[in-house]
This record gives sequence, structure tokens and C-alpha cells, in this order.
Amino acid sequence: MSDVKESAVAADLADERLIQTQGLMGYARLMLNRLRSGELGSLPVIVGLVVISVGFYAAEPLFLSSRNLVSITQFAAPTGMIALGIVLVLLLGEIDLSVGSVSGLAAAAMAVLVVEKGYSPVVGIGAAIGIGVLIGIFYAFLYTRIGVPSFVFSLAGLLGFQGLLLFVLGKNGTINLPRDSFLVEYTRQKFVGDTASFVLVGLIVLIYLGSQLWGRRTRAAAGLSAPAWQLAVVKAAVFAAGLGFLTYYVNLDRGWSYLWLFFVLMVVVMDLALRKTRWGRHLFAVGGNVEAARRSGIKVNRVYISVFALTSTFAALGGLLAAGLQTSVSQASGTTDTNLTAIAAAVIGGTSLFGGRGSAYSALLGIVVLQAITSGLNLVSVDSSVRFMVTGGVLLLAVAIDSVSRRARSSSGRG
Amino acid sequence: MSTLATEAPVRESVLSLTGINKRFGAVQALTDVHLDVAAGEVVALVGDNGAGKSTLVKVISGVYQPDAGDITFAGRKVHVGGPAQAQALGIATVFQDLALCDNLDVVANLFLGQERHHGHVLDEVEMEKESWRLLRTLSAKIPSVRIPIASLSGGQRQTVAIARSLVGNPKIVMLDEPTAALGVAQTAEVLNLVERLRETGLGVILISHNMADVQAVADRIVVMRLGRNAAEFRTEEVSTEELVAAITGASDNVVSSRAKRRTPGAHAAEGTPGDTREEGQDV
Repeated sequence: MSDVKESAVAADLADERLIQTQGLMGYARLMLNRLRSGELGSLPVIVGLVVISVGFYAAEPLFLSSRNLVSITQFAAPTGMIALGIVLVLLLGEIDLSVGSVSGLAAAAMAVLVVEKGYSPVVGIGAAIGIGVLIGIFYAFLYTRIGVPSFVFSLAGLLGFQGLLLFVLGKNGTINLPRDSFLVEYTRQKFVGDTASFVLVGLIVLIYLGSQLWGRRTRAAAGLSAPAWQLAVVKAAVFAAGLGFLTYYVNLDRGWSYLWLFFVLMVVVMDLALRKTRWGRHLFAVGGNVEAARRSGIKVNRVYISVFALTSTFAALGGLLAAGLQTSVSQASGTTDTNLTAIAAAVIGGTSLFGGRGSAYSALLGIVVLQAITSGLNLVSVDSSVRFMVTGGVLLLAVAIDSVSRRARSSSGRG
Repeated sequence: MSTLATEAPVRESVLSLTGINKRFGAVQALTDVHLDVAAGEVVALVGDNGAGKSTLVKVISGVYQPDAGDITFAGRKVHVGGPAQAQALGIATVFQDLALCDNLDVVANLFLGQERHHGHVLDEVEMEKESWRLLRTLSAKIPSVRIPIASLSGGQRQTVAIARSLVGNPKIVMLDEPTAALGVAQTAEVLNLVERLRETGLGVILISHNMADVQAVADRIVVMRLGRNAAEFRTEEVSTEELVAAITGASDNVVSSRAKRRTPGAHAAEGTPGDTREEGQDV
């Protein structure tokens, strides 16, 4: 038995081979080492975003105006919601190519029920989300019981549900949502501005600081190493300053849209679910090594069912939000463009295509990058052909960075 | 069976198998096999490929059901219906491919499938504390429990796998070829772990092909051949040649003949009654 002086050194720092870090400088050095060993996290995306912003700002100063920022966030949200679902399947090492078609179908079902048949919006939205859940469960059945690869059944879904969308829409091809309908109002006209927005910022920062300090305290109480409390305060201060400035800036225009806040809330909820719950832990385990997960008693099929269902549900939700934002559902709703943008966003944001690696925030970062590019190219009035090419290039770059950093990770022993 | 048949185990046995039979179609994989493991005892299970070691391990860990025979665990006759049930009883198995998740850290792997939690929220602090306690009882050399498994060496992975088997407070730990893929230093590390398991009062069943490893850590060596108990030795009373002879069922193999050449007059085939048994085999 090794005799460790528990009082002197925290239980987890007792090994003499560990490089000791203390205080703020130690933390900074730790971060630098991490970057060097290929643990890039979301740094490439953030650097990319800065480059994009500076570039478009140089070409057209309107790009960084409050008005444009508000509309970027607003238009990013629906596809971002779909990308959030994609992050979940990618974490399992699977893929869902049909999210765009599912989003279109769900929106069409809602529109037909509410506008043509006169049901209440609650019924319409409930039905749309129900369709998402059912499709996901059907996929999970195909995957777990019959053993169809996810690439194949979701490709079939991509075609099949697009056909169903056309069928549901019927001869008209387009259904316009009335201006005063719930979805249109919610997605286009609701904003949090002025005092309310700053109260919100204050609350978020307080919750953040509180959770950091509380986590610190429980670790210290258990005899484990805990980061310096100054670090928590500095982090919270930086966070508050950044968020406060952004809020002030978008408040010059309309403020944060409800649509965007709803999306961010969903991202935060999924992030907590992935990192802090047993379900999230099991999801990462299945994505990392299915056999190991099965042998350790994890109910693997349940994980697959929950993930496929959530992905389709997020797709349906994204479709509803997109319908509200565009005030209509048409035959073009959720076609190939939506699909690939959502998948590209998840990958650009840093979720690995091979499973087991990534975070909910990659959906947010990825879709903001893509929406910024779209918006910027629109402002400098470039043809949409260029947009596709640029998006393709960015996707390639993101995956290349991921591959290079993976090599750095394995050579410096970070997996 | 051999010289030891009369010598009852000194300590009370934790796990005891008697008259285990298992057949697969026309193949009788196990015939009347018995095995005793006491607390704080390391029993090595050796035998050639196809001798029935793996089948026996799978019977104990609940993967297979025996066709006949009794399993007594901690004084009670038990039925091991599946791996989960074996685990609940207190029989932990470390499989040859370690079944770890490379993308998760040490803590996550140790508690995979049996996470500590409040409601649905993971109790990371409690798990990390418990991880260090487990690793300390094994005197394990893991620098940090917050690094992904991918960054650990083979020996350290084996350590994590063995530590994981201890999470449910088992009474018996079965190690299937724990040193098969390891280097010299890492093998020594794992053998130290086996020693540590014995010190903590666990019964250990060690399956191995490596005679040196077996002789280094085992208290008793059970030799299986063609699905039967072929011989049983106390480790200090047996030589490598005798073991090889018992495993192969022949005294005229390379190892023993070379030993004979080296020390003329020494006879290596004592304590190997296995070669008279073939005619009694049922088909």
C-alpha cells in the first residue's frame, strides 16, 4: 500500500509523475499544453468565426451591424435545432441523412392540420413532434431489430419522406401560415430586449458562478483537487463581460429573438444531459465501444432508440421553426440543402464522424459559422453557387483540422 | 485427483464446482469437472487449447448453463443464470479483450454501467474518490483518473479492467489471459495486482498459457485436458516439466526430454495420471 499523505496533497494529484499546476498561471500553462497536444476543442471554429467576421466586415461593414447579427442568430436557429439532433447520432457513430425531409414533412403535417383542417396550433405542433418521435422509433427498430445500417435507412427516409411531403401538401404545393399564427409570431416577432435581457444575463452568470463554486466545494470536501476560486470568478467575469457586451449590441436592434434563445436553451439542456446524466455517459460509451458498453450491462438498444427518436424530434422541431420563420410550408421545405447544412454544421462545430467525441455546443458553433457565411455572401451579393462552394470548402477544412488534431492527440496520448 | 486429492483446502472454499458437465451437440466439452477456490487463494487454470478452460470460465460467469453439476458459492448452492446474475452474486470476470471505452476517462470506465448517481445526475466527485480508493488498494500506477483510456499503456489498461471488476465488491475474480498481450514490465505489474487481490482476501481464478506467470503467483494449479480435471498441484511442489507433461498428457515432449538430458536420472512424469484416461471418455 502506498502511504499517501492525504492532508498534504489532494487524492488525485498524489502521483509524482503528474505535472503540478497551481493558480491562474498554472491553468494558463495547462491550457497551452492541451492545445499543443491536439486537444483543440472549439478553438478552430472560433478562430474561423473571427476570420469570417473580419473578412466580411472589411468587404461590407453592415455585416457586423446589430441588425445583421440579430438576423443571423434568428435564421441559424431552425437548422441549428436539426444539427443538434445530428450531433447526437454522430456521437453514436451513426448518421441520419433524412433530417431535412423529416423536418419538411413535420412542418407540412402541421400546416395542413392547422391551416386547411382548422385544428388548433397545439394539435398541429403536437402532431408534427409526434411524427418526429415515431419516425425515430421506426428507425431504431430497423437498426436494432433488423440490422439495417443507419446510412441506408436514413437514405431511404430522405427519399421516402420527401415523397410523403409532396403527397401531404397535395396539389397546391405551398401552404401559407397566417401572420397572426402562434409559430409565425413566436419565430419572427418575439424579442427579449432592454432590462429583461440584462436581468437574464445576470441570472445566467450567477448560475454559472454558483455551479462553479459549488462544484469546487464538493471536490474539496471529498479530498480531491479543486481549481482556485479566483479562477471561477475570473471565468465568470469574462463570461459576464462577453455576454453583456453582445446583449448590449443586439439590443441596439431588436434584441435576442425568442427563437434563438429557445435554440440555445435546447443546446444547454442537451449539453447537460450528455455530460451529467447516466444516459449521456451511456451514449458516449456506446459511441466509443458498443461491445464494452453491452458487456458492462448498459441497455444498448435503449440508447439507440432514445437517440434516433431525439434526432428525428429535433428535426421536426427545426422544421416547425423554419416554417414559422418563412411563414409558409412548400414543396421545397427541408430539401437537400437543409439536410447537408445541418450535418455540415455538426461536423464543422467539432463533432467527430466516428462516434464518441463531440459536444452539443458544436451544433451551435457550426450553424453560426455557416449562417454567417450565407449572410455575408448575401450582403456582398454573391451568387448562391459561390455559397455552396464556400460551404463545401469550410466543411473540408473543418474535417481536415479534426484529422490533423486527432493525429496530434494520439501521438501525445490523448486518444 | 493426484497426490493432492486427499489434501483438503485449508481455508473454507468460496466457490466450489462439482461434477460439472457441458456438451455442445456431439462434443462433450466438460466432463465431471470440479474446482474449488478459497478466499485469499489464487487458483491457476491451465490447459491446452480446447481443454475446456474457456467453457468452464463461461459456466462460472453465467454465459453458459451446465448440463449437470452443482455450483456452490459462499456455502449456498446457486444457479448462475447470466453474466449480470454472476456479477450480483460476487463473481467478476475480466475478459481477454478488456472491453474498455477508449474515448472515456478512467473514472467513467471504472463505473461504466454501475454509475453512482443522485436521481439521473452522475455523482462525479463520489466516483472519482472511489476510483482512487480502488486504485490504491491495488497499488496501481495510474497518474490521473481524468485522462482517456486511449492514453494508457497496456498494463495500465489491464489495471483499469481489473479495478473495474472490483467495483461491485466481488468475492471471486476471474482473469482470462491477463498477461497475453503485455510486455515484461507490464506483465510484472499485472502479476503484482494478482498478488494484491489475494492480499485483499479475494479468490482469484487465473487462466493463462504462460507457465512462468502461473508459477509466479498461483497457490494451486489446476490442469485441464480434454474437458476433464487432468491434475492438480501445489505450485511449490511442481516443476515446469511436470506441468507441461500434465497439460499435453505425454511425458515424452521436448521440454521434459531436454530437462532429462540436462539432468540425467531426473524423471519428469510424476504426478501425471492423465494419460490413462482416454478410454473412459464418453462421446
